[in-house]
Amino acid sequence: MAIKAEHEIHSRRKGRNVGVGLMLAAFVVLVLALTFTKVTSGDFELPRAEELQ
Amino acid sequence: MTDVSYTPQSQEAEPSLRDYYELMKPRVMQLVVFTAVVGLLAAPVSVHPVIGFASILFIAIGAGASGSLNMWWDADIDQVMKRTAKRPIPAGKVQPGEALNLGVALSGLAVMMLALSANLLAAGLLAFTIFFYVVVYSMWLKRATPQNIVIGGAAGAFPPVIGWVVATGSMAVEPWLMFALIFMWTPPHFWALALFMRSDYDDAGVPMLTVTHGRPSTRRHILAYTVLLAVLAVGTGFTSIGGPIYLLAAVILNALFLKGAYDIWRRDEVIADQDDYAVEKKFFKLSLLYLFLHFGAILAEALLRPWGLGGW
Repeated sequence: MAIKAEHEIHSRRKGRNVGVGLMLAAFVVLVLALTFTKVTSGDFELPRAEELQ
Repeated sequence: MTDVSYTPQSQEAEPSLRDYYELMKPRVMQLVVFTAVVGLLAAPVSVHPVIGFASILFIAIGAGASGSLNMWWDADIDQVMKRTAKRPIPAGKVQPGEALNLGVALSGLAVMMLALSANLLAAGLLAFTIFFYVVVYSMWLKRATPQNIVIGGAAGAFPPVIGWVVATGSMAVEPWLMFALIFMWTPPHFWALALFMRSDYDDAGVPMLTVTHGRPSTRRHILAYTVLLAVLAVGTGFTSIGGPIYLLAAVILNALFLKGAYDIWRRDEVIADQDDYAVEKKFFKLSLLYLFLHFGAILAEALLRPWGLGGW
């Protein structure tokens, strides 16, 4: 029997890795969008210097 | 010859992404997303679309996480029941430990992210919902009492409340009416299923009402809950989340639902066996439509409100 370069198990693993990668990328984009939305909303205020001390 | 070997087990130990997705009970997640969206949009405060989208996503992930934890805990009984035997763990596609890890990790992520995207109260409610579904329902009640479905139904009823709190940051009466609608709907929905999935719960030793109190008693319970549900569902039509569209839908749907429950109550096992539980199956299908259309009507009232058409 010929040895196949890529077994079904490898393609399944690759599919899973690509899927997880895409989800992580989407999560990063979502956090970025959330941050942008929160920072640009009207009620956002940077903490004042004396409060940080 | 080489010593490289291949066994079916090694293939089964490589789950695909789809197997993990199945672990999160996608059909339950759909219901959670839909009812949470309705709760969010029915609230009198508007939410930025990005915050609304992210919050609903994290509520869905929380629901998926609790589904994964439920499948981890219930793997032994899922294996016995026909309806659940093909789930990823009993089918050997995912290891129980993986389901546990996935569930715990996603629960933490969902609660933390909901706190950041919406508010602490919404995140706290999501955490409580996961705890209630996994610990109170799956671990404590499901195998201990025939009231498992009644009390466990509360877990599925929380999403519209969380959606409302995402928008408002506070509690009100209206989201609890939506909670009560799902809470009262769950028992007749599941008991109808238990009537026609006859041997499943018996084989698994889950103390469903059909097993502990018998089938005639289950039929009486379905009717009683449906009557109470009808009063609640129609009554909700006169509150601020109701309106003419909702009221019309509620009157029609509850008349049909009451008729179905009455028909179930009038039958006995001999008659039901003759037509392969046709009335019970029809009632179960109607119950899915019932919940979808009630929440759809609440959504319609909310969406039409800016044009002065929705609500009273």
